[in-house]
Amino acid sequence: MATMSRTRLIAWRVVQAVPVLIGIVIVSFLLTRALPGDPAAYFAGPAANAESIQQIRVSMGLDRPLPLQFISYVQDLFRGDLGTAISTGQPVIHELTTRLPASLELTGFALLFSMIIALPLGILAATRPNTWVDHLCRAVVTAGVSLPTFFTGLALIYVFYYLLGWAPSPMGRLDFLYLSPPKVTGFYVIDALIDRDLETAWGALSQLLLPAITLGLFTLAPIARMTRAAMLQTLESEFIRTARAAGLPRRKVLFTYALRNAILPVITTLGMVFSFALGANVLVEQVFSWPGIGSYAVEALVVSDYASVQGFVLTMALLFVALNLLIDVIYTLVDPRLNTQE
Amino acid sequence: MTTLTSASTTKEGALRRFVRHLLYVMTDNPVTAVAFALFVLIVIAALFGPWLVPYNPLATDSSSTLQAPSWQHWFGTDHLGRDVFSRVVVATRLDLMIAVTAVAIAFVVGSTLGAIAGFYGGWTDRITGRLMDTIMAFPLFVLAMGIVAAAGNTIENIIYATAIINLPFYARMARTEVAVRRQAGYVQAARLSGNRDWRILAFQIFPNSLPPMMVQISLNMGWAILNAAGLSFIGLGVSPPTPEWGIMVAEGANYIVSGQWWLAVFPGLALMLAVFTFNLLGDGLRDLVDPLRRT
Repeated sequence: MATMSRTRLIAWRVVQAVPVLIGIVIVSFLLTRALPGDPAAYFAGPAANAESIQQIRVSMGLDRPLPLQFISYVQDLFRGDLGTAISTGQPVIHELTTRLPASLELTGFALLFSMIIALPLGILAATRPNTWVDHLCRAVVTAGVSLPTFFTGLALIYVFYYLLGWAPSPMGRLDFLYLSPPKVTGFYVIDALIDRDLETAWGALSQLLLPAITLGLFTLAPIARMTRAAMLQTLESEFIRTARAAGLPRRKVLFTYALRNAILPVITTLGMVFSFALGANVLVEQVFSWPGIGSYAVEALVVSDYASVQGFVLTMALLFVALNLLIDVIYTLVDPRLNTQE
Repeated sequence: MTTLTSASTTKEGALRRFVRHLLYVMTDNPVTAVAFALFVLIVIAALFGPWLVPYNPLATDSSSTLQAPSWQHWFGTDHLGRDVFSRVVVATRLDLMIAVTAVAIAFVVGSTLGAIAGFYGGWTDRITGRLMDTIMAFPLFVLAMGIVAAAGNTIENIIYATAIINLPFYARMARTEVAVRRQAGYVQAARLSGNRDWRILAFQIFPNSLPPMMVQISLNMGWAILNAAGLSFIGLGVSPPTPEWGIMVAEGANYIVSGQWWLAVFPGLALMLAVFTFNLLGDGLRDLVDPLRRT
């Protein structure tokens, strides 16, 4: 493995994602077929008789053996067909793609926020063990993993919206005073900036701030904890002692040598952080009425719209696999040990 | 905690050793002592909650709705005039029951699978490994949502879903812990004296792998409570008017924007405290069992 070049490593990693993808598709197929009761009777509606239920069973292919059903399920997936949302009558894939940018904007912004806080905090805590920074880091980390996101969100709304009046009303991505910006990326803040509409950009950003901080506080803890631990371990290693003994400037030792090595385990933990973040995303969207795929899935759950929920689970899983791939690609790109071998 | 002392064999010595060990754990780190005190408090609330509270948690009172905290109602009253304090305390049992059952199932199934995979290796190992990878390939909370949506919206299914998403942690841990002990001296001795594989696994290797697993249980418990509360927050599993922290926060959420904070804040704080307690306890246990992994 160590002798492989970067491109081959990345290609190998992409190949490794294939069995995972197959596993995901199988699980989501089983979830759609594990509906309580008879799916055909469910989709036929309450007014159906035995004949129309049978008709639907045949048209949905539910009378065929499970492996054949699986094949047609996979074929549908390749065509982008996730079924129809009962609540709105729209194809599920359409609903999900229109709402996905909102979720991505929220999660991306939240991760950015938590990295900006967590990385310096972890580094500071590691370079000054047992000082107030270290204790602060410890407190933040322990509190961070114990906070239910839906509770943090509500507490922030109470303080910043109700008491202080700084934040806008926690209702969606943009106040009704503004028109949504022309769609380029689907991220309102960025789209408004592209459109040179500073007022809308500010409006979108102020709506985004509280939910992003809520989600960010949750992901902050594991990143800070890992940064501190990895940094501590690296700073004790021999090459750092050598670098110090050779009289290299402190800044160079810390950032060029220590951080580049310490960042590797941090990047690895990002996978777990993403898993938590995507799950917590659902709760945060619910609290702030954020029109992303999470709140869509919750609405669908309430009205027992199973096709939408399963489409959402599949989308989230694919997103998670893609993010993990991205993490591994970044890992191979920043790994300093690979430089010496090429 | 008891398993840490399970090595002691003589009956009269066991209690003394347990107390001495407990004292050592408590004095070693004051944070652990605080966590243990909170843990006892939570267990008391879970066991005796319904008899301790001043009001019936389900009794509505239309004459005193949405009252702020006072001496009469410590945590105020909700939109139906129910006493929030009574509801928060009584909810402890249900929240804890869901988390404990889920973690217990995950522990038993996960560690059995993991132990077999770690002991035999080969195909058993590969198949279990792939299975766990597939579970981990989903964002775990989202998978739990999907499972509950597919299997039906009941408390049992919340428990199963929480157990399934916790399974990989135990399976992986048991696999590593068993694999490193597979060729240990005492295992070979047991094998030479004619023990069968399952006997060695159950009575030699497994008890020795328990301490690190106990730490994992404690750390997982907080996470399991959070997950279960999150599921009921979005309307899965527990249905009103049952007192449960997640659903109470969800009900109180509507009143936050009009300033009635006590409806959501107190159940939220209780939830936080419970999770915090288990995390601290887990950290304290880990420092004891495995000081090298202290971060």
